[in-house]
Amino acid sequence: MTTVLITGTRPYGEGDPVDVLIEDGVITRIVPAGTLEATPDAAGDGPGAEVIEAAGTVLLPGFVDMHTHLREPGREDAETVRSGSAAAARGGYTAVFAMANTDPVADTAVVTDHVYAQGRTVGLVDVHPVGAVTKGLAGAELAEMGVMAASTASVRLFSDDGHCVADPLIMRRALEYARGLDVLIAQHAEEPRLTEGAVAHEGPTAARLGLAGWPRAAEESIVIRDALLARDAGARVHICHASTAGTVELIRWAKGQGIDITAEVTPHHLMLDDARLETYDGIFRVNPPLREASDAEALRAALAEGVVDCVATDHAPHAAQDKCCEFSQARPGMLGLETALGVVAQTMVGPGLLDWRGVAAVMSERPARITGLPDHGRPIGVGETANLTVVDPDSAWTVRGAELASIADNTPYEELTLPARVRATLLRGRVTCVDGKVRAH
Amino acid sequence: MKHLLSIGDLTRDSALDLLDEADRFKAALLGREVRKLPTLRGRTVMTVFFENSTRTRASFEVAGKWMSADVINVSASTSSVRKGESLRDTAATLHAIGADALIVRHPSSGAPRQVARWTAEMAPDGVAPAVINAGDGTHEHPTQALLDALTLRDRLGGFEGRRVGIVGDIVHSRVARSNALLLTMLGAEVVLIAPPTLMPLGADGWGVTVAHDLDSELPGLDAVMMLRVQAERMRGGFFPSAREYAIRYGLNETRRRMLPEQAVILHPGPMLRGMEIGYSVADSPQAAPLQQVANGVHVRMAVLFRLLVGEQADA
Ligand SMILES: [Zn+2]
Repeated sequence: MTTVLITGTRPYGEGDPVDVLIEDGVITRIVPAGTLEATPDAAGDGPGAEVIEAAGTVLLPGFVDMHTHLREPGREDAETVRSGSAAAARGGYTAVFAMANTDPVADTAVVTDHVYAQGRTVGLVDVHPVGAVTKGLAGAELAEMGVMAASTASVRLFSDDGHCVADPLIMRRALEYARGLDVLIAQHAEEPRLTEGAVAHEGPTAARLGLAGWPRAAEESIVIRDALLARDAGARVHICHASTAGTVELIRWAKGQGIDITAEVTPHHLMLDDARLETYDGIFRVNPPLREASDAEALRAALAEGVVDCVATDHAPHAAQDKCCEFSQARPGMLGLETALGVVAQTMVGPGLLDWRGVAAVMSERPARITGLPDHGRPIGVGETANLTVVDPDSAWTVRGAELASIADNTPYEELTLPARVRATLLRGRVTCVDGKVRAH
Repeated sequence: MKHLLSIGDLTRDSALDLLDEADRFKAALLGREVRKLPTLRGRTVMTVFFENSTRTRASFEVAGKWMSADVINVSASTSSVRKGESLRDTAATLHAIGADALIVRHPSSGAPRQVARWTAEMAPDGVAPAVINAGDGTHEHPTQALLDALTLRDRLGGFEGRRVGIVGDIVHSRVARSNALLLTMLGAEVVLIAPPTLMPLGADGWGVTVAHDLDSELPGLDAVMMLRVQAERMRGGFFPSAREYAIRYGLNETRRRMLPEQAVILHPGPMLRGMEIGYSVADSPQAAPLQQVANGVHVRMAVLFRLLVGEQADA
């Protein structure tokens, strides 16, 4: 029997400190802090027992990332299931959804089952493979979604992310077909004709810097189209990485119409804006691009309000040579798993837009509910599976790409000091990370 | 001034100083049989062109040679890039070879700024080459703007209260960007004239006027700068046809006569005669293309001098 005792923590940062006892993966006792110290058995003096001294910390349900790029198979020089799982554990995540734009593409059960099996072998985080919506992400023919849904990996989320399912008829069929399987389509909303050659947000900054612009309308036109298609299909649709103030308003409208639409926002779109492009550093190239400060502000408000449902990292590792080059040649994407909580704490908790219960909602409960994970994002209570994250809200840390668990080091927060470091992460009661040290299986 | 990457690197005073310096070089060379000054003896200047431009490269090369610098032309577009060498590697190599100045032309916006940053990072002793942007993507071409300004000053006597029209493919033009910045800094009024498809977003925030009708602007202009329209743009739907473009925005003979008599006509070249500019217009006394070319050498001498020798040697 494995036993872990977390002492002196406060669930959701509320109430008096408690001790939380976890036995065989399940929370068995939550008692006022200090009560369990008198009982050696319960305090975990048995084999495999461990005490995490956690005074001053906040206890949250383990985070769930709907949008992670693990790069395996195909680009193991940037990330692997193993290194990405380590990054996830250090970031407080207990479940991640690994996007399908690998090489080969995860458009068959062979690939999704492989990724799933790798995740199980590593064992640091539940790795749920995302299946491609269309074969080869080409946007022309539906991938075998039903076979992937019925496979070992039991694929529940489908996305051509990296590409938009741009053909309206294919998207309509995908939504209808997904409804029949009770699975979710996540759309990378980008009208490709409007973004040909685009490398930066279309606005005054890009115009001045001479960078080809990616207009807001390229995202918004797909968001509203897909909302209408989901309405007609009676299906659910999820919008990946919402990046504009207009997208927020369209989602608000669609939800008001009763359309089953959800949306995520990335930490970098909450914090950063296109003023960062001044140096032409490829590290800041991302898709959708960093928008204007007013968009970031609208996204923060929308997340606080619940119009945007959750935070997803769009963790996108890239090898150094794919980032340290001409801006227009740099591959789009940024690391996100290890810094997500710090950025959310900085942009949302610090200014009072979210409390810790709100953080639990946007980083754990809602993504788990949207993706249908039964034992993640659950309330912290006796009898619940111990997928947990212990956060020290007062610990500041300075981000250094080279020190992150990812193989790649393309973080946009280099040398930035972030609040709220993860003290420990527990996956089904097993400590996967404590004080930045990852515990291999 | 460490580099010249953008007009934004200049102040009004330093820009005017460069124009004055260019005039001094012009005067110093006037009437000489052997055009050679010892100013940059022992200095190594490399032109690194990732994109072909015979006229810009030749202009920099002549500028360097007239000041006795060792000028080396690196054909980056045909050698290193094809071998898969990264821009950063190329910068490292040229730095290690010992260039005092790198004159960089590149199809990607910002590439010269990146070269400047990377070479500075690679220089533990703090001695890194000066980098001159010789045209980067759709961003800037600061020495072109300086030579245009020098030409306008020659012809108009100054900038205050002068109205300059920049006409054509502004959104893709690094020449337009640098000129809009420089001429407004020097006190001229700038009006950008193009169909909305060729106008950069937010240009109205640049301290310039935005207009779409060339004919109504011409009578009020002291100078008109015609831009190059790249052939590949014609298929992108930016405007219906070359014919329609010529009809609406080409500087033909009729339009030339709408300009005030003393107005100056500029073109960065090479000119697309018959479309952007009428055959006879380009050869009219108002047109200054050859003066622009000559001024280009003097301006580039001034820029190299200021970057490599600095202000103190001036005293
Ligand atoms: Zn995406």
